[in-house]
Amino acid sequence: MLEPERGFTPPTLRLTVAQYRTIVAHCYDGLPDEACGLLAGPVEADGEPTGVVTSVYPCTNADASARTYTVESRELLRATSDAQSRHEDLVAVWHSHTHSDAYPSDTDVSQALAPTWIYVLVSLKHAEPVLRAYRIRDGAVGECEVVLADS
Amino acid sequence: MPVEVRLPTLLRSQAGGAATISADGVTVGDVFRTLIAEHPGLADSLIDETGQLHRFVNVYRNDDDIRYLDQLDTKLADRDVISILPAVAGG
Repeated sequence: MLEPERGFTPPTLRLTVAQYRTIVAHCYDGLPDEACGLLAGPVEADGEPTGVVTSVYPCTNADASARTYTVESRELLRATSDAQSRHEDLVAVWHSHTHSDAYPSDTDVSQALAPTWIYVLVSLKHAEPVLRAYRIRDGAVGECEVVLADS
Repeated sequence: MPVEVRLPTLLRSQAGGAATISADGVTVGDVFRTLIAEHPGLADSLIDETGQLHRFVNVYRNDDDIRYLDQLDTKLADRDVISILPAVAGG
């Protein structure tokens, strides 16, 4: 976990039930491969997400792989432009782990480039999906609280 | 010819905080050389050790990924928009 003395306060990710269902359904639709997508929402002046999500963008896994994912680049551009046109920004990426826990893999940690992003993992390992969220900074992983609301 | 370069949040601190930069060049590679001359901190994020586009960055000429055009040799027209975005990937 990240140390509080590093000035790190993980944001709380706030999803509606409908957004949660969209994310999880896209993960199941992607089987047997990993699925991925992006979340947009408002950000503070320093680039920190408020944690509120206003748009969910299910994306294509350009790797078409059960072990890795890459968000298809044109979909990434479109989601970025769409969010910025509303004076918001991309705040999170989500992807599924088909046979492992909802925790960032070594690959996830080494390829996490955005210090202000929330990295959402959906594990499909068990009968019930598990969704958890993290910050990844300088190789350190800190968990973010996830709150589901009706609307 | 002048084009607009849009930088991702992640790279703005290496370019004096700017979100967009105007630059001149006949190709994307030309524009990158201009950018890197002005903001040397961008070099490692854009270009790899062999001089090719870094694999963890996506670059678009308007709506087209330059990997599917002519990479750094992709030609530019007046007022094209070059968008740079980090690749979003993991395992």
